[in-house]
Amino acid sequence: MEAEEPTGVNVIGIPTDEEFWKCPGVPSLKRMKRGPVAVIECFQEIPCNVCEIACPRGAIKVGHPITNVPILNEDACVGCKLCIPVCPGLAIFVVDLSSDEAKVSLPYEMLPIPKVGERVEVLDRRGRFLTEGRVIEVLYADKFDRTFIVTVSVPKEYALHARSIRVIKGEKR
Amino acid sequence: MEAEYDIVVVGSGPAGLSAAAEALRRGCKRVLVVDENPIPGGQLFKQIHKFFGSKEHYAGIRGFRIGEILLNDVEKLGGTVLLRTSVIGASYDGGTKTLWLNNPERGVGKVRTRKVIIATGAKENVIAFPGWTLPGVMGAGAVQTLVNIYRVLPSRRVLMVGSGNVGLIVSYQLLQAGAEVVAVVEILPRIGGWAVHAAKVLRMGVPILLSTTVKEVRGVEWVEEAVVWRVGRDGRPVAGSETVFDADLVCLAVGLSPNVELTRMLGCEHIYLKALGGWTPIHDEKMETTLRGVYVCGDVAGVEEASIAIEEGRLAGIGASCEFLSREECSSLVEESWRRLDELRSGPFGEPRKEAKRLILKEFKQRTGSLSR
Repeated sequence: MEAEEPTGVNVIGIPTDEEFWKCPGVPSLKRMKRGPVAVIECFQEIPCNVCEIACPRGAIKVGHPITNVPILNEDACVGCKLCIPVCPGLAIFVVDLSSDEAKVSLPYEMLPIPKVGERVEVLDRRGRFLTEGRVIEVLYADKFDRTFIVTVSVPKEYALHARSIRVIKGEKR
Repeated sequence: MEAEYDIVVVGSGPAGLSAAAEALRRGCKRVLVVDENPIPGGQLFKQIHKFFGSKEHYAGIRGFRIGEILLNDVEKLGGTVLLRTSVIGASYDGGTKTLWLNNPERGVGKVRTRKVIIATGAKENVIAFPGWTLPGVMGAGAVQTLVNIYRVLPSRRVLMVGSGNVGLIVSYQLLQAGAEVVAVVEILPRIGGWAVHAAKVLRMGVPILLSTTVKEVRGVEWVEEAVVWRVGRDGRPVAGSETVFDADLVCLAVGLSPNVELTRMLGCEHIYLKALGGWTPIHDEKMETTLRGVYVCGDVAGVEEASIAIEEGRLAGIGASCEFLSREECSSLVEESWRRLDELRSGPFGEPRKEAKRLILKEFKQRTGSLSR
């Protein structure tokens, strides 16, 4: 993150490194290296507990009051991705650092929906181009109600910055 | 259109529909909901995003579907919803209230009702600048109606003014509809809305320009260019800091104010509270105003969120049907509802509104000599 750009959850909505790692919804790097795990980028006390209800493992805790920031139990989370499409803030990602390339799963609500195998532009939190990545999985079920889960494979150094994708025009679909 | 009702609810948004459903559930029989719009649901029907909140407030469900659920509740419970109907007059003489209604097919008529629940919502604020009367300068609510209800994209390139949740959410929805959002400008040095909503548009490449406002909008017949400039620490614009955007739509999302025409007309007492968007009727813990039998809920009682509007609607519905409940039942339902409202208003975003609501209850007590009647 460049210093001159406004950063900070309450300033512009993008966490500083400190805010990111202190967030109770963010698992440790060690846990990400073990396999897929939810990264809940929900930093503010806003009234919502949809993720807590959606988690089949009970790995997310909001409790009372409902404005509590969600706490992730990183050992209970298996990275099943079911919390991704339910989050109204589109703030939950799943990161997997267990193999040579990082896998980042993100919520996607734009058209066109990319296809598995397609190359896409991978963007950071400010929408800046990071790298090209390959779509390795697209998940959808009726209960996701038009939020798709797209997983892209990117070089490991981008795993904590890749938060958006852009479909490349003319790319074979 | 002459008729008598137990309760007439004005406004079929989340608050009005919840109030009607709750009153019907508690034993009220003749409940009429009127709305000037052709589509019920108030703002819900243009909300295509998933809602925040808890299960009790339909969290995780897209707004328009919540509208369908609430409308279905009212109709299943035997309530009547009359659309395209505006309230053009209202009088209060103690027991019975009279509302004059205007409907394009049925003409003008009056209804008498024992109780009125006013759920008229809020209206958008605007700011003025050179060029603000050009076609293409619109309120965010209007843009949302065009895009999400009538499926008309009024623009290719949008400048959004205001980074509150409305500005951020509408920006995201414009992106979904295929428009380009050239920037979101915010006069304060920090965003007004939630970080998660800002993050959604930022990661799609939309810049959010802090300490920046509109200087002027240029164009011959419609908006062609928008000029923005930076605002210094003293709150004054900085000459020479102008940026010109090629844009055909300037979307204003600069806050909302309670729609209090009807509560004013009836003679309810009001109080000015900045945290709730301005002048708002004073009410007790059952949402009853200083006029007996006149209730308020939702944004007219202070601009907040849909989940709060739903809960306040329930509260007003309970309040207006208390005669069908035992004293204990009524007070425990009211208590339960306040517990949920307090929870929704906790945290740094809700705390100022929670405090303002406390002030309203206190003011009610001072002016009427009792907390509850």
